[in-house]
Amino acid sequence: MGAGRLLRFLARRLVKAAIVVLAIVVFQFVLIRLAPGDPASVIAGQSGAADAEFMAQLRAQFGLDRPLHEQLWIYVKGVLTLDLGFSHRQQAPVAALIWERLPATLLLTGVAFLFAISAGVALGVAAARRVGRPTDSLITVVALTFYATPIFWVGLLLVLVFSVWLEWLPSFGMYSVGADLTGFAHAFDVGRHLILPSITLGLFFLAIYARLARASMLEVADQDFVRTAHAKGVPEGRIIRAHVLRNALLPVITFAGIQAGQLVGGSILVETVFAWPGIGRLAFDALLQRDYAVLLGVFFCTAVMVVLFNLITDLLYAVIDPRVEVA
Amino acid sequence: MTDAHSGAFGRRSLLVGAAAAPVLMTLDQARAQGVTPRRGGTLTTMLTPEPPVLVLGVNNQGPTLVSASKIYQGLLRFSTKLEPLPELARSWAVSDDRRTYTLELQPNVKWHDGRPFTAEDVRFSIMEFHMQLAPRARGVFQRIADVKINGEHNISFTLNAPFEPFLLMFDVTNCAIVPAHIYKGTDFRNNPANARPIGTGPFQFVEWQRGNFVRLRRFDGYWKPGQPYLDEIIYRIIPDSQSRRLALQTGQVQLSQANDIEPFDIPQFETMPNFQVVKAGWEMFAPLSWIEVNQRLDVLKDARFRRAMAHAIDRTFIAQRLWFNTARPATSPIASGTRYHDPNARLPEFNPRAAIELLDAMGLRPNPQGIRHSVKLLSLPYGEVWMRLSEYLRQALRQVGIEVTLETTDAGGWVRRLANWEYELTVNFVYQYGDPSLGVARTYISSNIQKIPFTNTSGYSNPEVDRLFDAAQTEPEPAKRAELFKQVQAKLIADMPLIWLIELLFPTVHDRRLRNVIQLGTGVHACFDDVFFAA
Repeated sequence: MGAGRLLRFLARRLVKAAIVVLAIVVFQFVLIRLAPGDPASVIAGQSGAADAEFMAQLRAQFGLDRPLHEQLWIYVKGVLTLDLGFSHRQQAPVAALIWERLPATLLLTGVAFLFAISAGVALGVAAARRVGRPTDSLITVVALTFYATPIFWVGLLLVLVFSVWLEWLPSFGMYSVGADLTGFAHAFDVGRHLILPSITLGLFFLAIYARLARASMLEVADQDFVRTAHAKGVPEGRIIRAHVLRNALLPVITFAGIQAGQLVGGSILVETVFAWPGIGRLAFDALLQRDYAVLLGVFFCTAVMVVLFNLITDLLYAVIDPRVEVA
Repeated sequence: MTDAHSGAFGRRSLLVGAAAAPVLMTLDQARAQGVTPRRGGTLTTMLTPEPPVLVLGVNNQGPTLVSASKIYQGLLRFSTKLEPLPELARSWAVSDDRRTYTLELQPNVKWHDGRPFTAEDVRFSIMEFHMQLAPRARGVFQRIADVKINGEHNISFTLNAPFEPFLLMFDVTNCAIVPAHIYKGTDFRNNPANARPIGTGPFQFVEWQRGNFVRLRRFDGYWKPGQPYLDEIIYRIIPDSQSRRLALQTGQVQLSQANDIEPFDIPQFETMPNFQVVKAGWEMFAPLSWIEVNQRLDVLKDARFRRAMAHAIDRTFIAQRLWFNTARPATSPIASGTRYHDPNARLPEFNPRAAIELLDAMGLRPNPQGIRHSVKLLSLPYGEVWMRLSEYLRQALRQVGIEVTLETTDAGGWVRRLANWEYELTVNFVYQYGDPSLGVARTYISSNIQKIPFTNTSGYSNPEVDRLFDAAQTEPEPAKRAELFKQVQAKLIADMPLIWLIELLFPTVHDRRLRNVIQLGTGVHACFDDVFFAA
């Protein structure tokens, strides 16, 4: 594909993406306001006491005393200048709150994603090569089990085994607070904390990739060009890698693209069980507290991620399958 | 305090309290256990849910009170019997007409930024800071007619009429003393200094990573020599209750507070030798849980129907089987830890037959399905155990022919519906703040029927009850107040405006090596300057 054509494609897609994101922002703004209650009433509820002056003070502080369309306009104007607003509840700019929490989530979901896709595809390939035999059945059963088990339950079970019984790994948090570790020791500490949550999150997706890869491999393996390769005497390993797997990867990539888009928002449960200080919980807490600015900020980030990863996926198709062209 | 009436404040101009008293008391207690306080160590504990800011007054939510009470201090502290003890005020006196309170402040107290603490900080905190920010403090401090600063460390307040529970407002959970030099003349809620709270407490703010932890460190300039004993306190934010249980069980945290641990997990900790489960320490708050009944609705506004509901519900079952003895059956509208609780008060006993008789007398006959009346119950969205309570209530009321449909929502939606009177029945629990005039009257007096949560949202109105609460509020004599509140309790129980259920105990679970954790009527809200790890 030519460089000019690629650039035109990218420009067109980015303009479309911006429109989609803006539409999402407006839609979310309206949707959030449909939920009953507002930040002032939540704070009054949590404080266990209130009077009319208190409620009025809070609503004025949060800007909720202005008409809704004015609030929307202020927000959209902010987003257009990449200003995500201020969380009056937490007394901090929304961008700072998100920025503080984003790395933790990206680390967790990124590691879980890599673990899921590599181990999942490997298991899927292994199962496809031994189709109908005990190995295949075992992999299928294990994959189905993880797919069907609630994610928080898997998490708690892992904690029970590895933290409570074996005492090998910490049961919550991202690093040892108060130990003040730096450099390699800190990285090692984070790594230890990362194992259980990333495996928990990864296991669910691993199951999907394993099943997807297996089915796709079996489908491709029946096709004529594979039989031809066999007839030509191409070694088995090379047939699997170059002929079958490469063609079988397309559905896997489609799914990976969807999952990558959810990297920011898809880990609320795991973040909750493991007290991982990520953005999923920031959003969940913001929802319970009706912290509109933070919630919209997270929605904005996830919307941008989804749009971005869709674009990357489309580009990847072209790399893996020369028949697909960008246009 | 030498007053004969238990739980009442002293009469005449008694100068009470001495600066060294709390320190000595603590040492004595420690020695009685055969342990002298040991310096050092980090206490790691939990905070649920994460507070929005750590400045008391700007925010007064439960978790803010638990953590910021280590940074800020009040003028007084209160024992489990709610008797005042010195803190930033080392002694106090009440004038003969019970209108003027004079407080002698601790000298040599420093703010965490090194500036000295003076009477002006006290005046500012009470007359400006909390007066503007905190609804409950405003309600009481508006009674102050005059403030006099009598030198650097002496201040007196004159009330426009006697208000016997006045001193209770000086606990850190009601009125934390904040630095005037930082807040005076600023927009309190939006002051950038709110990000790094400055107090006089034994621990100073170091670091807060949102969603992760709050870290406090020993304040070397603390006014009690040699204290605090702990080097650091770290509050971890752990949102899931089962993860909190495992964190405590594995020793990664050493202390739980309020409802960190679900009631059904408490018995397990009671059997473990390395943990202590303490059920004292919430006397100041005495959370009382009830079914709130919207009395604007037909049938529900009939006291006989409410009495029938009370007869149909087994409060002992709720306390023992749902709360696993981390709650006590309620016996009165005034909780048993609160001042002026009438120990002889009795709620309608569990007796479904009596309930059916009352419903029959009302003419509510069962239909072919056995249903006499249908109501909706809005569940309290504060966790698993409250859902179980709703399910029990549905079953118990169905036994006497009252069909209950459960409604669910989240915390924000619940508060909104409660405040807007958009419910039939709902469950609530409310703090009593030590004295009926501070935390009980608000639920029942008709002048407080408002579209605001934690007012008289049920719409109950009885002129006699209004009159009694009103008289008790300005009555200076504890004995006479006791009599008035005794009558109020009898009147309320006759009317059953709410169906009182249980008193929550909020047990504290801690590592046995941790000493002096629960010593006050405010329990885990103490400043922890005497808490230490035994070797």
